[in-house]
Amino acid sequence: MIRVLLPQHLRTLASVDDEITLDVRGGVTQRAVLDALERRYPVLQGTIRDHGTLKRRPFIRYFACERDLSHESPDAALPEQVAKGEEPFLVVGAIAGG
Amino acid sequence: MSRVRVLAGTKKGAFILTADGKRKNWKVSGPHFAGWEIYHMKASPADPNRIYASQCSGWFGQVVQRSDDGGKTWEAVGNKFEYDGPTGTHQWYDGTPHPWEFKRVWHFEPSLTDPDTVFAGVEDAALFKSTDGAKTWTELSGLRKHSTGQKWQPGAGGMGLHTIILDPNPKRMFVAISAAGAFRTDDGGKSWKPINKGLYSKYIPEPTAEVGHCVHRIAQHKAKPNTLFMQKHWDVMRTDDAGENWRKISGNLKTDFGFVVDVHAHEPETVYIVPIKSDSEHYPLGGKLQVMRSKKGGDKWQALTKGLPQKDCYVDVLRESMAVDSLDKCGVYFGTTGGQVYASANEGDSWTAIAQNLPAVLSVEVQTLAR
Repeated sequence: MIRVLLPQHLRTLASVDDEITLDVRGGVTQRAVLDALERRYPVLQGTIRDHGTLKRRPFIRYFACERDLSHESPDAALPEQVAKGEEPFLVVGAIAGG
Repeated sequence: MSRVRVLAGTKKGAFILTADGKRKNWKVSGPHFAGWEIYHMKASPADPNRIYASQCSGWFGQVVQRSDDGGKTWEAVGNKFEYDGPTGTHQWYDGTPHPWEFKRVWHFEPSLTDPDTVFAGVEDAALFKSTDGAKTWTELSGLRKHSTGQKWQPGAGGMGLHTIILDPNPKRMFVAISAAGAFRTDDGGKSWKPINKGLYSKYIPEPTAEVGHCVHRIAQHKAKPNTLFMQKHWDVMRTDDAGENWRKISGNLKTDFGFVVDVHAHEPETVYIVPIKSDSEHYPLGGKLQVMRSKKGGDKWQALTKGLPQKDCYVDVLRESMAVDSLDKCGVYFGTTGGQVYASANEGDSWTAIAQNLPAVLSVEVQTLAR
């Protein structure tokens, strides 16, 4: 199972309290994880990736295993610890404001 | 006894204020969608329990919420606003071509007769329609594809379509875009005509241009649909021929910059605005918050100040932030960027803050409920 941690506003929107676990078939990539996430929670469509282009929204970043994966190819394999469920895939809202 | 429900969208959530017809004791519920910008909420005239809300965030984009029980519970519905076909470009602030990009919904206008039909005015300027209760959206692209579209330019707040007026004639609608101007359709949204003759905007290269005027808000009384009142960037204007010609009605106003304009529920020639000092100083003149009322359809304006702060007041009143109820006497409401919602139960003669410390208010709509 893949573990996904969302920012607070998206947890509220999806009505989830904490970490999400997803069953991802095949290769564990950003695209596969986000596709599975949006299938389970359609309300998240358009909030992490743009509709249509599926590009990451500008103020969203992806992290895992203390690495910034925001600029990795959506079809690149995620770290093995994520694929094994040992580490979560983090969807993070960029820090802005002061 | 009648009731009133005020829908206030703010920078950090939605608030719903309710009172009986006396409009003295108010109950505030919220924040709904805490932490999100609520650009606009509006209820269906055909089903007062059906409310549409535009929820958005710079991080997470656009979410559309719908309530079927008067705002007690909400359901996220369709947020897919896809422009129809190739989008082309409009002008950027510096005059260079800039591709059309969807950013947010500025305004929902529910159908006068069908609760499932609702129009959305969006940034970058376009008009969308849903006929399934906001689950899916289709662009009425005749507007964006108008031959002047490539000349449209954003105002300081973005290129938003903010005003949608559904005329009693079901084929006719009016919309306004910052900073493109006002447009009218007479065929249900297939084709559009700029209706900006008589507007004069000295801050644009051609002050009487067909498009390019920064229209802030337009209001109509349904009993006199060919008469529209406009708060332009500067200038308060009116038309009596459905926008074919406009004339200035600023009259004795000390400043005619502002954002809101609305019409009394029972008197089509009684108009309300809130003057703001200038386009570079968005607060009331002299720190005194005044609503100006004309009972003659413009030109002669009376300051309404009772109950409003008359010193050290430096809030703004944004374009979606004024509304009226249809009780007798007509109630008038407006919200400020300082988080106040002011209400008058006597046509503006006196005012009370029915909420004082909300986040900055972006929009105010009012429902008059049978019970």
